[in-house]
This record gives sequence, C-alpha cells and structure tokens, in this order.
Amino acid sequence: MLTKTQLHDLYYWLLLNRTLEDRIVSLRRAGEIPGAVQTSRGQEAVSVGTSYALEKDDIVAPLLRNTGSLLVRGFKPEEILAQYMGKGTSPTRGRDCALRMGDLKRGVVASSSSLGSLVPVVAGIALASRMRRLGIVALTYIGDGGSETSDFHEGLNLAAVQKVPMVLVLEENGWAFSTPVSAHAASTDFLARAHAYGVAGFEVDGNDVVEVYETTRRAAEHARNGGGPALIVAHTMRTGGDSGPHDAWFVPKEAVERWKSRDPLRVYEQYLDDGGLVAAEERSRIAEQVRAEVDAAAALAGSRLLPDGIQALGGVYHEI
Amino acid sequence: MKSDRIRKTTPRRTVARKLAPEVPNDIPHVAVAAAPGIEPATYREMLRFMVLTRELEDRIERKLYRQGKIVGGVYVGRGQEAIGVASCIQTEPEDVILPSHRDMGAFLIRGMSPRRILAQYMGRVDGYTRGRDGNMHMGDLDRGVIPFVSMLGDNVPVAAGVGIAFRNRKKPHVVLCYFGDGATSRGDWHEGMNLACVQKAPIVFICNNNQYAYSTPLDFQMAVKNVAQRALAYGIPGEIVDGNDVLAVHEAVRRAIDRARSGFGPTLIECKTFRMTGHSAHDDAGYVPEVLFKEWELKDPISRYRQYLVEHGILRQDEIEAMQTDAVREIDGAVEWAEKSPYPEPEDCLNGVYSEK
Amino acid sequence: MSQTTYLEAIRQGIWEEMERDERVFILGEDVGRYGGAFKVSAGMLERFGPERVLDTPISESAIVGAAIGAAYMGLRPIAEMQFIDFISCAFDQITNFAAKSRYRWGAGVPIVIRGPSGGGVHGGPFHSQNPEMYFVHTPGLKVVSPSTAYDAKGLIKAAIRDEDPVIYLEHKFLYRRVKEELPAEDYIVPIGKAAIRRPGTGMTVLTYGAMVYLALEAAAELVKEGIDLEVIDLRSLLPLDKETVLESVKKNSKVFILHEDTRTGGIAGEISAVICEEVFEYLDGPVLRITAPDTPVPYSPPLEEFFLPKVSDVMNTARRLASY
Repeated sequence: MLTKTQLHDLYYWLLLNRTLEDRIVSLRRAGEIPGAVQTSRGQEAVSVGTSYALEKDDIVAPLLRNTGSLLVRGFKPEEILAQYMGKGTSPTRGRDCALRMGDLKRGVVASSSSLGSLVPVVAGIALASRMRRLGIVALTYIGDGGSETSDFHEGLNLAAVQKVPMVLVLEENGWAFSTPVSAHAASTDFLARAHAYGVAGFEVDGNDVVEVYETTRRAAEHARNGGGPALIVAHTMRTGGDSGPHDAWFVPKEAVERWKSRDPLRVYEQYLDDGGLVAAEERSRIAEQVRAEVDAAAALAGSRLLPDGIQALGGVYHEI
Repeated sequence: MKSDRIRKTTPRRTVARKLAPEVPNDIPHVAVAAAPGIEPATYREMLRFMVLTRELEDRIERKLYRQGKIVGGVYVGRGQEAIGVASCIQTEPEDVILPSHRDMGAFLIRGMSPRRILAQYMGRVDGYTRGRDGNMHMGDLDRGVIPFVSMLGDNVPVAAGVGIAFRNRKKPHVVLCYFGDGATSRGDWHEGMNLACVQKAPIVFICNNNQYAYSTPLDFQMAVKNVAQRALAYGIPGEIVDGNDVLAVHEAVRRAIDRARSGFGPTLIECKTFRMTGHSAHDDAGYVPEVLFKEWELKDPISRYRQYLVEHGILRQDEIEAMQTDAVREIDGAVEWAEKSPYPEPEDCLNGVYSEK
Repeated sequence: MSQTTYLEAIRQGIWEEMERDERVFILGEDVGRYGGAFKVSAGMLERFGPERVLDTPISESAIVGAAIGAAYMGLRPIAEMQFIDFISCAFDQITNFAAKSRYRWGAGVPIVIRGPSGGGVHGGPFHSQNPEMYFVHTPGLKVVSPSTAYDAKGLIKAAIRDEDPVIYLEHKFLYRRVKEELPAEDYIVPIGKAAIRRPGTGMTVLTYGAMVYLALEAAAELVKEGIDLEVIDLRSLLPLDKETVLESVKKNSKVFILHEDTRTGGIAGEISAVICEEVFEYLDGPVLRITAPDTPVPYSPPLEEFFLPKVSDVMNTARRLASY
C-alpha cells in the first residue's frame, strides 16, 4: 500500500514530466532548441513508476523517452532544458543532446544513440553489483523496436546466464518510429521473451503508474535476492508522435484517440479520486507548483550561455 | 608453421572435471521407427553420405592434419553427421543452404566434391576459394551453398535476405540455415532470426546443439536448457529432435520444409547431439568429462542407422561394408588429386577484391 | 635466469595486476576453464575464481558492453576478443559507448580490450587481421601494440591501470617466438612512448608489432651496404609519440614506415602527413611506406607470403631512399 507521501510524489513526478516536456516542445517551436525533440507523452507512468520504485543506491540508465526517470533520480528541470538548448552549463557541457546525460553520483548512466547498447552495459553494472556484493539493482529501458537489436539479445542473454540483478523494462508502445510492432517484431508476445532467455517476466499496464510501481518493486526484489534478471513488459502508447506532436500521421487516428483516453495522468487521477487519496484541490496546488518550477527552470536555462567554440576541446581523456 | 598445439597437463584435467557442470541430457529418446514417405534410394543415400562425410573428415583430422599436410586449422563434425545429411538430402537444386563448419555432409550433398574440399583444406589453387580462405570457409553459389564466416551467427541475417528474395520473387525455394548452440548467443543471430520470422521467409533454421562452444558448456552459454526455447521470442515453432537419429531429423526437417514452402515461415529445429572431438584438431577437449564421450559413442548416428537398416531389411551387411570400402576408395582418390593441385601463384593475392567488369 | 615468452609476459602482467588490484577481472570466451584459446589466462580461474575469470557466451558486443558497465561501478575489466578479428562485432560498444563516455558525461571507462592480431600463421581472413585503424580513428580510445616480451608485460599493466579504454593488440606470431629475461620487480611501459630499437644515423624506419623484427633483420643487412638504419618501435599508435618520431626525422632526414596493416588508411599515411606538416624542411627524400596490399588476409601460404611485407621489401625501400 502506498503512503500519502508516495501517492503525492507520483502525481508530482507525472505532472512535472508532462509539463516539462510540453515546455520542451514549445521551446523547440520557438527556436530555442537546436536539436530534435522526442517526448514521452503518454508513457510517463513507465518512467516515473519504475524509477520511483528503486532504492537510493540502485542504478538507472534512462533511454530516449525516460525524462521522468531523470527527474525522479534527481536531475533538475533546468539541467534537462539546458541540455536541450545546448548550453555550456548542461550536464554534458553542451556536448550531447536530448536525454543523453548521466551522473554516477546520482546513480544515472547516460545512453548513447545506439538502441540496445545500454542492455549489456547495465548487465555489466549488475554483474559488478553481484561480484562486489553491493546489493544494488541496475535498471534500464528498451522499446519494442530496440528489443530486436543485437545488443538487446547479447545483453539479456549474458545477464541471464550470469544471473545478475538487472531489471529490463520493455516499453511496448506499438511503434518503432513509423513501423508498427506487427511489422518489426516476429512475435508480438513480448512477455514470451522472458521464457526465451530464461528470466523472470512481468507484464503490466504501462499507463497505470501504481501497477508499474508495484510490479517494479517485485521485479527488483526478485533480482536483488539472486533470482537473476527480470523483464518487465509495459504496454503503453506514444501519443506525442515520434519527434513532435504532429509527427504521427502514420498512426491510425483511432489508436491515438483510444490511448489518449487512457492517458496516464488521467488514469492516476481517477485512481486518486476513486480512493479519495489525493483531492483535486491538492492536485491543483501541485500543478501550480510544477508550473512555477518549470517556468523558473526555463528562465534559468534560457539565461545560461552557450559554450564557447573552444570548449569542444578537452575532456576526451582522463586528465591528471 | 603450425598453429599452436595445446599440450595436456594433469592439473588442468583435474580442474576440468571439478568445474565442468553436469550437461543436461534431456534428449527425447524417440524410438527409431519407419518414417513415412522416404524412398528406398534415400535411405541408402543418407547412409552413403554419412559414411563419406565420416571418412573424409577422419582423413582430414586424423591423418592429413597429423602428417602436416593441412594448412591452418581443422574443424570437423564428428558424431554429428546425421544433421547435415538428413536435412540437406531433402533440398531441391534451386534451394540454398548456409551451413556451419560441422555440416560437411550438407556440402557433399549439394555437390561439392571431396577432392576440391581437400584442396581447400590444403590451400591449393583448386580449392573452392583458390587458397584465399581455409577449412570449411567455402561455398559455391552455383550449387546454392553460401559460406559462413568465423563470426558465428552472421549467416542468419544473410539467410534472412536469401529467404526474403525468394519470397519477393515468388519462388518456391527454401533456405536451410545451420548454426551451433554457441552461435545463438550472438546479436546477429537474434537480428537475423527476428527479421526472417517477421517477414515469414521460407527458411528452416537447424541448430546442432553439440553441448559445447569450444570449451564453454551449454549452461554458460544460455540460461535456458534448450536452444529451441529461444524460438519463443520469434513466434515460430521450436522443435527438439534427437540429432543422432537420422530418421528423426529427416522427419522434422521435412515438416519444416513443407511449412516454409507453404508460406508459413521459419521453424527452429534443435538437433541434440555431441561434439565427438575437440573444437578443432589442436584441441584435446580435456575439459569435457570423459563419461560424456563414452555415453555418446553409444549413440553414434552412423552405427545406429546401419543397425536400423539391417534390422529392417533395407540394406544388407555386405552392402553396408561395400559402402565403406567405396568411401575409402573415393577419399583415397580425392586426396591423391588434391595433393597434385598446385599452390596458387603469389600474385593471385591481389585478385578478386572487387568486380573486374 | 629464465627467459619469458611474449605470451607468458602478457599472462604475468595480467596475473600480477589481478593480485595487486582486486578490482581487475577478465571476461571473454573460453578464458576460464580453458585458460584462453592461446592460454593467456591459464591457471587464473583456479587462482582467482569464477567471479574474476568469467567464461561468457559468444557475445563480443555484450562482453565489451558489460565491461563498460562494470567499469562504471569501479571495476577494472579486461575484455578478451578470442581473435582480435571478432572485435568488429563489438564496434558500436567500443566506438560509441566507451570512447565517447568521458567526453559526453564525464564518466571514464577504464577497460582493456585485448586479443591476438596479425598474420603469418595460416589463419586466413578472419584470424589474421590488424584492425588498429578503426580505433586509432576514434578519439577517446588508446591503441597499443607491443613487440617485445618486456613491453608486452609493461604495456598490459599500463593499459590495466589506465583510466581510459585501451585496445591492446597482441601479435599472435610473436606469442612463443619472442622471449627475453624480465625484471622481477613491478614495472610499466608508459602508453604514448615509442622505443628506439636500433639507433642509426643514416635513415629511420618507423614500425610496430611483428614488423619490428623484419626491420631489425633488414638493418643488420643494410649496414653492410653502408646504410645505418634507425629502427623505431612505435609501441603506441594512439597516442602517437610524435616527439620521438620527429626528433629522429630531423636527425636522419630520411624516413620510411613499415606496417603489416593494409595500405589505404594504415597509420603510415597518418604519420607521413604529420611529418610533412611539421618537419618538411628536414626531409631529404619522400616518406615511403611498406605495407600489406589492400586485400583481405589470404590463407594459402604463397598468397599470405605475398601479402605480408618481407625483408627484401625493406631492403629495396631503404636503397631507394638512400639514392635521394
């Protein structure tokens, strides 16, 4: 059973995730963001529910649609905006874009663009946890499309053979860019993959943050206690298009509408109302707080400077 | 200049016994029964090819290699002959195979000759790669044999492409794609399987699970007990078959070929078998518990099949002996021919990198 | 005193580092119970246990990826590629994940990726390659190639202690053919420093790996013709010891470069450009190259012999340069 604080927190993170990404999209439209933007609109419950379920010392490696995971693990909205804007103060000093940021002190590992490549890396982190008896779990994400990559296979297989404490969250959102699951996945039964690799499998409604949270707790416990890796298949839907709200012309409109009615924020609000858990006025207050926070972050990030060109040099190798 | 030989040392052997985990032995003990639809000539041909394969590979590994007549490494499929033979014997001329190094019988069935294979192993100009590559890295596009590379599993995406081409051009042909247990851990294997299966390409995937990838036993390779279980990820049937029972393999492959030709897509057939030799000729396999060799010797595919043929009156003992004699004679001739084949001209090193048109 | 082979020197270097630093561990195919395909890790499983000598599935990409992850957690992994040719299967993890990690988000990746490279053993196209340049071309990596037993041990130790990803290229031809007496005490060979194997005042040859011995053999002959060849063993391809190279060129004014790697895109081109840019005025002749031709490594002995540089190639090139 979730405590009042936890219920409150989940709502806060979901709303912060949504509000921040809405701001990112409008900043992009306004020309403040030079690079591409790919939001997790509609999938926030997965990022928030999974990362909120971890312990303090666990490690998370977010992928391109896990803004919520970065926030939950302590990255500030201002840092994420600075990254998108390419500012010199961003977590990567302007060197990388989108969500590819990390900080080992905050237990976050940065991804590269090669989908699947995080799976072996996180398997290695989990391996180290086992070797050094650290008792921590390492969690990362992959999409339905990403699960067809070579590194997904090698990483999950290695993790399974070595029985390491890894949790792999497969966000099945129906699409790999413009390719529907039926066209790219030989089997749309993603949970069956767990049996194919010999790992524990969990299936969850990815738009229900409470279910995601509780399932992740179980999966993490299984992994942490020596049960080996856990695969969580979270069904969800990308309602914001691949790289922008209008970039979903190939997705059948009925599908988008159907999923919008299952918007994770709406699902959670319903849950809170049904249980009388966090009242509407409280939620409005949180919304105000979040709006103010995002406004401040945008102002702060906006005021930061772009890096000088010369700052492209250095930091390639270890400097004593 | 030989590749380095590994010398046995007692301490290592002891450790190998201590550490080698129990190899799972859940092979279905299917009673060898008469399989429907096999023509009498096929019964005979399958034995003939298995015997020829065994004789050819014995000659390479146990004689020529030790005489220093082979250039480079030797990788044979001793004890695994039923798999390549029972499957490939069912292919039509226009079908294509992508064999592994343990499927010598398949190469022979497609019409590649022992003498040119020997020339290949000896680095001679009449080998299938004109001396440019060695041992089982050979093929012949005219005979529908695509060579593999050392990066195991790489042949699976290629097989997917061949299958997709057949399907796109509405050909009734099929592809047989072979690999071992170890290759299924590779990323390319996964990507190739997924692509082939989502495209419902006309492919039969045949895994020779011989329990070891070099010195790595199955339970260090994967967390599932059977390779066939990996098929769950691709939505295709995964069958387990006694790989040392030529008729069982024949039957499973026949159904899979029918499925493929009818447009139902691929099947993964896991043939349980055992590598009755080292990973290569220079490997004494000291890490394999001796008891396993003894156990699998009793399941030798050729002995079993001979016994079956005699018991069912399909072949007589003297015919079987004649087959062995013929095989020896054929390989004798092939060795003699191959030894006469010259080495390539040094400057030929520079040819064939690009199209010369 | 006993002689230690090049292979044994690598084994000793790894062993000593594993004794010295419990964070060091090995992962790869057949490294444990088999002791490695070439026996580089023989005895290590028994000494250090299965957690520190990990037998992996056939998964080069996951081997490197897992090494990266373990390194993030403070461990010092040594990832073995059974034949360095298989490093291509891990290309993405090496070049996109490991190499860019520090630059992008400040997280160093102190891993070593090592394996046997080179030809001359009838290995054929997939067991004889020299893949260094794919990685020399990638900022964020270091690439080393020892030629002596002393350097093999010193460089593997340096690589293991290095805070950045190091590609350590052993030459399989040298494994048991090269041996010398090694000091008992701990020592390292610094990455980024070349070694002058044979000082000379006539002209300079820059080389590395197995080709160092070719150069030395040629030098012994050339001196009879009045050509005093300075042989420099680069040892480190990235970072390159520009200082030693340029000093030698300034001294001798004539230089050629010898490598077993294929011609186009080989490091000889890169070094030649550096020499032209920085010490052109000192040159008394063109910067010549001796390399393998632009083909895959062939298998049959006469083909492979044609492919690999020979002593006569070195002699002829030196004579040609001497005529300027």
